[in-house]
Amino acid sequence: MQPQVADEAAAGRHAASTSRTRRAARPHPPHQAGGPWWRSRKVKGLGYAAPTAAFVTVFFLLPLLLVGQMSLSDWPLLAGNRGGNAPENYTDITDGTLFWPAVRFTLLYTVIVTVILLGLALLLALLVQEHRPGVGFFRTVYFLPGALGLASASLLFWGLYSPTTGPLSPLLEGLGLVDEPVSFLGAPTSALLSTVFLVVWKFAGFYMLILLVGLQRIPHEVYEAARMDGADRWQIFRRITLPLLRPSLALTLLLCATGSLLAFDQFFILTKGGPDNSTVTIVQLIYREAFQRLDLGTAAALSIIVLAVLLLLNVLQFRGLRRADEP
Amino acid sequence: MGRTAGPRRNAARLGVTALALLVATGLVTACGSGDDGGGGEGGGAATATGVDDGTTLTMWTRAATRPQSEALVKAYNASHKNRIELTVIPTDDYQAKVGAAAGSRDLPDLFASDVVFVPNYTSSGLFADLTERVDALPFADQLAQSHIKAGTYEDKKYVVPHTLDLSVLFYNKDLYRRAELDPEKPPTTLAEWDKHARAVDALGGGVNGTFFGGNCGGCGVFTWWPSIWAAGDDVLNEDGTKASLASDTAKKVYETYRGWVNDDIVAPGARDETGTTWTGVFPKGKTGVMPMPSTTLGLMPKDLDLGVAPIPGPDGGKSTFVGGDAIGISAISKSADQAWNFLAWSLGEKAQVDVVAANKDVVARTDLASNKHSDADPRLVTINELVKDGRTPYALKFGQTFNDPNGPWLTLMRNAVFKDGSSLDKDNEAVTASLAD
Repeated sequence: MQPQVADEAAAGRHAASTSRTRRAARPHPPHQAGGPWWRSRKVKGLGYAAPTAAFVTVFFLLPLLLVGQMSLSDWPLLAGNRGGNAPENYTDITDGTLFWPAVRFTLLYTVIVTVILLGLALLLALLVQEHRPGVGFFRTVYFLPGALGLASASLLFWGLYSPTTGPLSPLLEGLGLVDEPVSFLGAPTSALLSTVFLVVWKFAGFYMLILLVGLQRIPHEVYEAARMDGADRWQIFRRITLPLLRPSLALTLLLCATGSLLAFDQFFILTKGGPDNSTVTIVQLIYREAFQRLDLGTAAALSIIVLAVLLLLNVLQFRGLRRADEP
Repeated sequence: MGRTAGPRRNAARLGVTALALLVATGLVTACGSGDDGGGGEGGGAATATGVDDGTTLTMWTRAATRPQSEALVKAYNASHKNRIELTVIPTDDYQAKVGAAAGSRDLPDLFASDVVFVPNYTSSGLFADLTERVDALPFADQLAQSHIKAGTYEDKKYVVPHTLDLSVLFYNKDLYRRAELDPEKPPTTLAEWDKHARAVDALGGGVNGTFFGGNCGGCGVFTWWPSIWAAGDDVLNEDGTKASLASDTAKKVYETYRGWVNDDIVAPGARDETGTTWTGVFPKGKTGVMPMPSTTLGLMPKDLDLGVAPIPGPDGGKSTFVGGDAIGISAISKSADQAWNFLAWSLGEKAQVDVVAANKDVVARTDLASNKHSDADPRLVTINELVKDGRTPYALKFGQTFNDPNGPWLTLMRNAVFKDGSSLDKDNEAVTASLAD
């Protein structure tokens, strides 16, 4: 059996490259001349792709075009389209007193959440990567909050934080840790930190899972070789784990940053942008324009700008990702 | 992938996908069509009582007035062939929900609205014209005029009162006794209110003097403005385009509230209170005296000995915010006659006395202000009599100015009460700018 195992390991190690070569080497099947046209590969391919293409068209492209049109029109929510007014909606955006603070806050939140989440997720993944007794329990516990919807989790924390009905503040008082009721969401900094805590609690397990998969893709032989060469734990982590984990890290970075820049539910439920407008994110601003100020035009213009920024960011990150993927 | 499934399975999957797609596109076009302009007549001849023929009607209301709407709908369904399906929507999301539904022509047959948002809806053609139907009611002149006025646009009437919700002082008589205050003498000036709150607060042991929703624009409008009105001052001009929320009277009101914050007279959580739980503090029995919505009177614990009093101004006087919900038939409803049957019934004597008054709520008709239920509870008489002293503010941009959690009024409120109030004039200008937007 021994040789076979070795074979499999080798196959696994080079799986990516060999399959690539094989695919490239395989000749295209000869065109079946004379067959009915609907049996041809081209038509079949189109048939398979059509449902997805139709979905993308109906649920992404058409709405996107509509948003584009809205952003160039005077379009109150209650009254409907009143015709073009370009570029008024775009120039209106920066006139709003909340816009630049919201941009700054969204970026600050993204940086804080991304740094904490990725650090913690990596720590958790390293803790539970080895097969030891009980490790399955911890993996499940860490991942469990991720199975909750963000809105439900936010409502749960809103209840916990509430100074009038929540249990956290009386609990801290009972333990003698604080003298008076704690106002978790009552001041700008504590509101931000309380929200960050919720998000970290909710997502750390999910990102841990991605990193765990990445960790387990690193072949044992590499570690063994390093140990034979006398590398200590820190050196192994720095020179082997981190570099080989880069694709997974880049992926989590991409997901985390994009998700944080689009943050809405947690702030909408926990703080409503308060106190004193200190936690207004960009997406909340879009919501406010559309459903508080009932102005779809400005909301659409804001959405287009956010879309452009996200596209740019994703292109940059994908480049980084691809570079990281190269050996 | 999927190769083992075989062609037949694939074909089936394709079929399902295609079907789903058809349904989805059908939905999309259904939402997009019917762009025929609002403000229709609602169809059918106007009769005083409408039609009761077993139609199912849809109706929306907000959580704040849920018990009142539910009681009316339940009584109507039990005694009529028509059936109303009531959907209750969280108060904070109600405007957004109605706005989105209006945009996609998806409004229910009947929808109640916080009376302050009604002008925005009538001017956008969301409601059907009810002028003829309302005028045909034998008691048309006795309907709460502040609601009728808010729902009149270009001389046409679009709504009738649904639930009246007045801001009044609730005070805890047990705590008054313990603080050696006379439980039959509620405050008649803001200064007295301040004195009482401080006396009760001094009891300690988790007891607080008062409470208010300090992160809730709607709460401020509802409970602070009556103190300004009580002194005879205005907060908005006639057409709701200019604010005078930095007047001397207003400053006196803010100062009192600021004092309660600074000296810890308010129950914990006032600073964070976004309006979701502000009415849940008083029934716990540990708060001395605070403004509350009259609709909560019937919901208070049976063993809570509470008194009701008008909200006073700095040097006396009394007023109230005549809020609550007005209700109309949506302009796109195809069952306007049936929907009117419910509205006409809900304003009739039987519904007003046996449902509304029996639940300790304010009746929508002045000729029924004194009835067998209110006569049994002097607190209800106090509230019913307040309707004539109260006001309902009118502004097209009310929601985005006063209810928006990121709007200019909440900024003014918080600066005035949690800070030193030095930015009041500037904040008042921001409110005016939003009203005139």
